[in-house]
Amino acid sequence: MSDAKGTNGADGSNGVNPEKDLAASNLPGRRGDGGEEIRVQRGMFGANNGGDTSGYGGLVRSIRLPGESARPYGGWFDEVADELEGALEEQGLVPGNVIDKTVVDRDEITFHIEREHLPRVARTLRDDPALRFELCTGVSGVHYPDDKGRELHAVYHLRSITHNRLIRLEVSAPDADPHIPSLVPVYPTNDWHERETYDFFGIVFDGHPALTRIMMPDDWQGFPQRKDYPLGGIPVEYKGAQIPAPDQRRSYS
Amino acid sequence: MTTSHASPRETTEGTVYTVTGGDWDELAQTAAKSDDERIIVNMGPQHPSTHGVLRLILEIDGETVTEARCGIGYLHTGIEKNLEYRTWTQGTTFVTRMDYLTPFFNETAYCLAVEKLLGIEDQIPDRATIIRVLLMELNRLSSHLVCIATGGMELGATTIMIYGFRDRELILDIYELITGLRMNHAYIRPGGLAQDLPPGAVDQIREFVKKMQKNLPEYDKLATGNPIFKARMQDVGYLDLSGCMALGATGPVLRSAGLPHDLRKAQPYCGYETYDFDVPTADTCDSYGRFLIRLDEMRQSLRIVEQCLDRLQPGPVMVGDKKIAWPAQLALGPDGLGNSLDHIKKIMGTSMEALIHHFKLVTEGFRVPPGQAYAAVESPKGELGVHVVSDGGTRPFRVHFRDPSFTNLQAMAAMCEGGQVADVIVAVASIDPVMGGVDR
Repeated sequence: MSDAKGTNGADGSNGVNPEKDLAASNLPGRRGDGGEEIRVQRGMFGANNGGDTSGYGGLVRSIRLPGESARPYGGWFDEVADELEGALEEQGLVPGNVIDKTVVDRDEITFHIEREHLPRVARTLRDDPALRFELCTGVSGVHYPDDKGRELHAVYHLRSITHNRLIRLEVSAPDADPHIPSLVPVYPTNDWHERETYDFFGIVFDGHPALTRIMMPDDWQGFPQRKDYPLGGIPVEYKGAQIPAPDQRRSYS
Repeated sequence: MTTSHASPRETTEGTVYTVTGGDWDELAQTAAKSDDERIIVNMGPQHPSTHGVLRLILEIDGETVTEARCGIGYLHTGIEKNLEYRTWTQGTTFVTRMDYLTPFFNETAYCLAVEKLLGIEDQIPDRATIIRVLLMELNRLSSHLVCIATGGMELGATTIMIYGFRDRELILDIYELITGLRMNHAYIRPGGLAQDLPPGAVDQIREFVKKMQKNLPEYDKLATGNPIFKARMQDVGYLDLSGCMALGATGPVLRSAGLPHDLRKAQPYCGYETYDFDVPTADTCDSYGRFLIRLDEMRQSLRIVEQCLDRLQPGPVMVGDKKIAWPAQLALGPDGLGNSLDHIKKIMGTSMEALIHHFKLVTEGFRVPPGQAYAAVESPKGELGVHVVSDGGTRPFRVHFRDPSFTNLQAMAAMCEGGQVADVIVAVASIDPVMGGVDR
């Protein structure tokens, strides 16, 4: 690889354009850039409460999720993206202001939507004959405590039975203002799903008819699926040895 | 039992009667004395006909249900949170316990999602995929059998209950032979299976298929044309197509409204596009239609099971990548199933690297590249979806199960309001909710 770098000088003297010919697929995986950083990891083995005996204490790694994709997205993804953008323009919206970014990863397309536009986008996706995402499979919350300003994510998977397609919508909200508009008026099936996500993550779905806890007792304090909420547990004795509670065990993440 | 209820207690909302069984005459007389016809009945969470710890809150006016609500969460065990503190492989041990009547579907859906994140979908050995399909279809049979059996029992048809559990037992025997357990198997693992089929499994399944082909018509003879059964089921629990779509109902509930939507046909996984089977539907939108669909789906599942058996060829059952493949060289020892002594002898005696690798893989687990994936399978109850997020570590960052029981149970109010109290039981049974899946 060092040889390739040497011959393909920045001046392009040998006629090879490094930007174009060295396609990302030909290069070894790169660390530290590309994608979207959600966390900076220091050290290893999750041990940060004592002296560093591993020698890995100074390790700094950037944890990155797949980032924005460029057109063409491939397959029917472009068709859906075009139709959605067109339908939004018809409603007098600028697609760039509504869709924060589009990610294509592992044969799945994700539209990151600005939260205030979510109900409009969902209604368009449901009602536009070329889109027709009739079935919402509910909402899944994700908590990224180190992704400042967008800690709480709500992830929706929409299925079109008419066109046999599946897309994902992702909406984020900061921890300080955990509000996301409710999709119950568009997809009534999200009633319990939003209550569950509120119960576990504390995301407040504005406009939900009765946003109350659903799994945990009504007087429960805190939101259990958040990353800073402890799992709890007690050490277990097995054949004379003490095995710590699951959340106290060594982690390699 | 001398007293069927504790003495009534007054609250600001009215008089509260607590009934725990026994003779209701006394209560009925007391209630008849009060001039208010409107009564709120708390059914469950401990009630024999609510399918586990489901609490139904019914507002009734005479015999008519005017409002119905579900209280859930009594079986919440925090599985999704627990998964974030175990390795990716240990995850199967947890997800198999979600909907405990469909363990192989939970395991497969989870593994398909993890495999998608790893990008190894194409490397899963054929034999592993065929065995997954085989077990899922056997599981569809056993789940539908429980639904029909318990549904029958709730109507007072105890013969159906005995028949259903009789046949389910045959399937549980097969599970026990293959995985060692009747439920909570953790047999399907990311990358393949925990181990291969044991000797004699194929013969036992073939024998079962033969027996089941003889037994299935008995349900038809007993129930399908039975006037009492039909009178209790027909036009009960009505939910039409627009209701299903709005409430996100899938599975037999959706197909009873006439839409032949089945993920095995629409978005095939595990090679379902190569199997020959039909998707039964009904146009009655009621409990009876759902019963007929379940009966027919069991026949179709038997067809798929036979095709699986014909296709089975010797081969590996775990992905070839040694960085992912969980050591699958298992053998039965005096203290239960564990790594085979030959394998341990080899790694301990001849290869230190293999020993280190084995130790690292088991204690630390494998890393999964960052990103998210959604995998869905057609479980006996509907679309079972798994949303998995990885941050590149050896543990899941987030796993969310979209359980069909949870979503379909929302339709309870739409199915029951305006109907008779006795029909609530039939309607809930036709949804076939399993609280392990609803609450997770």
